[in-house]
Amino acid sequence: MKNTIKQVFHSGKFLVGFIIFFIIFLTCIFYPLIVRTDPLAMVGNGNFFAPGTYISQEEAATEEPYSLNVDASSAKLQAALSVDDLSAMQQWLIKYGGVKESDIDVTDAQKMAELWQAHYDSTVAQPGLIAAKKKYYVRLDKKITAALKDSGVIIADKDADTGALTESKTIKETDFINTGDISNKRTFILGTDNFGRDVLTELISATVSSLKIGFIAGLIATAIGLFLGLLAGYLGGFPDNLIMFITNLFTVIPSFVILILISYSVGNSARGIMMVALIIGLTSWPWTTRSVRSQVISLRNRDHVNLSKLSGHSMMRIIFTDILPYIASYVVMAMILQISSGILSEAQLSMIGLGPATTKTATLGLMMNWAMQYSAHLNGSWWAYFPVVIMIALISFSLNLMNTGLDQVFNPQLRD
Amino acid sequence: MKGFKKYYGQKIFWYLLTLVFAVILNFVLPRMMPGDPVSAIASRSINGMQDSTAIQKVYQDYAEKFGINKPMYEQFFIWLSHALKGDFGVSFSQYPRTVADIISSSVWWTVALQLPAIIVGWFLGNLLGAIAAYIRGVFDKVILPFFLFVSNIPAFGMATILLFIFAIRLGVAPSSGGYGFDLIPNASWVFVKSVIAHYQLPFWSIVLITIGGQAIGMRSMSIYELNADYVKYSRFLGIKDRKIVGYVFRNAMLPQITGLALSLGTMIGGALVAEIIFSYPGLGTTMLTAIKGQDYPLLSACTLIITIMVLIANLVVELLYGVIDPRVKANQQD
Repeated sequence: MKNTIKQVFHSGKFLVGFIIFFIIFLTCIFYPLIVRTDPLAMVGNGNFFAPGTYISQEEAATEEPYSLNVDASSAKLQAALSVDDLSAMQQWLIKYGGVKESDIDVTDAQKMAELWQAHYDSTVAQPGLIAAKKKYYVRLDKKITAALKDSGVIIADKDADTGALTESKTIKETDFINTGDISNKRTFILGTDNFGRDVLTELISATVSSLKIGFIAGLIATAIGLFLGLLAGYLGGFPDNLIMFITNLFTVIPSFVILILISYSVGNSARGIMMVALIIGLTSWPWTTRSVRSQVISLRNRDHVNLSKLSGHSMMRIIFTDILPYIASYVVMAMILQISSGILSEAQLSMIGLGPATTKTATLGLMMNWAMQYSAHLNGSWWAYFPVVIMIALISFSLNLMNTGLDQVFNPQLRD
Repeated sequence: MKGFKKYYGQKIFWYLLTLVFAVILNFVLPRMMPGDPVSAIASRSINGMQDSTAIQKVYQDYAEKFGINKPMYEQFFIWLSHALKGDFGVSFSQYPRTVADIISSSVWWTVALQLPAIIVGWFLGNLLGAIAAYIRGVFDKVILPFFLFVSNIPAFGMATILLFIFAIRLGVAPSSGGYGFDLIPNASWVFVKSVIAHYQLPFWSIVLITIGGQAIGMRSMSIYELNADYVKYSRFLGIKDRKIVGYVFRNAMLPQITGLALSLGTMIGGALVAEIIFSYPGLGTTMLTAIKGQDYPLLSACTLIITIMVLIANLVVELLYGVIDPRVKANQQD
């Protein structure tokens, strides 16, 4: 046993898969211990806040400022003027401002704004320009003037009795604060989702529930598959025919369809995480049965099994001592694949709206489903679904790698 | 030739039997939903009605329509006789369209998307796997692990990735639908071009997923075959390398064909979910609307048609197998 494990860990593929899986597993255990907030707490008031650190605006405004000699106006200009604005400005300056094209550098917002202020006049005749466009240029002019103005923002206190405002502080353009001084802040490494929940925290808790679903589904499928496979392979005859008939039936009828039908028939109220795991397990056993059966058939007529039979050992004993140990590695591999396909099944089921009907827990599929329902994929909120896709891919990649590694160890023919 | 007939006869009989079971499952399972699905639907249409006799009438009308006042087996035969004529009833979520109408407008989108995508992916994957087994080196070390990872991305995940890169960021492909939303299906050139443009992303997301899995299987099969005795013997005989590769490829291909038959159901399931991401007007999206709208006649018709599609595809693969595999051929000729 010890030797086998040693051998298994010598396989590069298994090791890589194992490490990836182990890291995910450890993260699932330790992350909730460090970040103790409710993973489903709706922190954000709105959907899909981009990843980043959010600092309290009030605290930032009242914090003692540092004066930096940084030219803030050019940054402000850059932020205010889009590429379209700049090219529109260029057009106006050439057409009506009498500026030569060679004098204009569209990429330099600062110079453009200076040129603009020197030449723009809304009262000048602008032949060939529609009214809407004229108004657009007036607005653009205002925007530029506002961006260049060095006025500062005034903060005022309201008198409780009279309602009069008294100036308490002016925030100048050169005022900066150190983000480290702000105590009131929240970092969303992966932003927030459509409910305003922190995606990273939710992702970890979703991974836990998805792993749970995969594990339970894999366990059930492997147990059924192993039992039926042993029965069919060892007994032969009528039980074999019957079991193989059912198994063939369910390998040809796509399990996805049966999964949908059963999930639908169970109804919304009964479909919790355990139920979904159970349904997935109950629909995915056929190929395990098939492969266990073929393994058992190849073992059934081996000498040691025949010897046991001649010695009058009971069927149970033969199965447990002479057959199971020989197919154990195989069963473990089958189970790893079942876990990985169980996680995928849950995700697919949730995507078409038949996942766990619960709002109290998140699963990877449900996160994906919500992101799609709120069109995260169309409005560019990549943080709401990419981490989920990558997590599913990583889990199934690591499990498959482990499986391939085991396969190479136990099937020497496949070794390179 | 007589043996072939027997082989095909057996296969076809077996698939018909499976079909019967699939139909029964399709009928029974949605009807096992707790509570009476018909009353749920009826209660939606009587919502806001005051007149109690009218409510009673609506309810009875629905009960009659679905024959829920009859025993299960009788319902089944009524449903079956209608279904055989292509009548799956009326959809609830898209009333007054019939289920048959909705299915017939969506099923071709799915077939036209998935059939070529799976075949192309299968061919490319096998080619890649065979090349990887033969060349090894860079191919084996870099490209294969990459595809191994890619093949583990679920189809819908690949769909979102392609969508994000090509439709949202680069803006070179349309993001959703099967054709431009401003068009009405017709035979014009504009429409065909729009369909082709919308076809790209769903197609390639399925192809990319398929390639990885197939390539890995083919690679290990080819390596196994390359080390087989007949290859060594052929080398001793001085047979040209090209010819040997031909033998190896052919032998390694056979398990891949069986593998295709076995994984077809899973592949189609995954691809159906990928359709949803693109709001492609196929069966996947139809199924989603059916589930959202609690439209069980539509849902069960969708699942039935998918089952039939998979059954037909499987049957074709198995029949092809009979032609290709010399062992089956030899068995039949005895």
